[in-house]
Amino acid sequence: MATEYDVTTTLDVKGQSCPMPVVKTRQGVDDLAPGEVLEVLATDSGSVSDIAGWANSTDDVELLDQTEGADVYTHYVRKVE
Amino acid sequence: MSTDASTAAESAAEEADLAALRARVDDLEAQLAEVDADAGDGQRSMTIIATKGSLDMAYPPLILASTAAAFGWDVVVFHTFWGLDVLHEEKSENLQLSAVGNPSMPMPNALAALPGMDRLATRMMQKKIDENGTASIQELIDVSLESGVDLQACQMTMELMDYDDADMIDGVTTQVGAATALEHMADADVQLLV
Repeated sequence: MATEYDVTTTLDVKGQSCPMPVVKTRQGVDDLAPGEVLEVLATDSGSVSDIAGWANSTDDVELLDQTEGADVYTHYVRKVE
Repeated sequence: MSTDASTAAESAAEEADLAALRARVDDLEAQLAEVDADAGDGQRSMTIIATKGSLDMAYPPLILASTAAAFGWDVVVFHTFWGLDVLHEEKSENLQLSAVGNPSMPMPNALAALPGMDRLATRMMQKKIDENGTASIQELIDVSLESGVDLQACQMTMELMDYDDADMIDGVTTQVGAATALEHMADADVQLLV
């Protein structure tokens, strides 16, 4: 699925399960500058709810989109100020 | 004349009331500002008391701690009694599952009590953990410390178990006791005993 987001970095957490997708996404966002976008590839089906919940209660990130492909969940997270 | 005097007295009384009211409003505003300053930074925190050292029970505190740290929370995990083994450099790599008294085990207790059953149960669980891509205890400890979780080891139980600072994983806070744990619990939004 094509994306309209300008992805800065891609994080591959395929094969890893809770809590690693969220924990690694946090670390990935820490390495970004404001405005940059992290693409997260995960196979953990809980990552959809977990990353959405995390982004919702975290000040410096914005969840742009979550897509479900064949066995892979892709999350787009932007770092904000 | 008498009417003028009573009107003047009335308006003086009204002004005094108004001044008292203004002083009261100023006072309340100052108090509200203090309360806001105390509560207002939105910084959440969690303190977990971790008392268990079996392979299964080592997971929940570390999973919650590393996730809360990803949320930007201040997190303290105070390890005491068997929970200390999770922070013990050698023991944490060799945590065992108990087959006895575990209702989730697919075997009766009489069988589970046979020699070697704990090791078998541990091996089965370890295999599931590897297959499932579940993080190891070591990975969770590393990622927790990296993200600023304060993993504390209770001094009293360290002495009881004959552990010293050098036995514990690097980065663990030692020389702390119940008062330290209570201080963190009193300030925390979430307190858990595991």
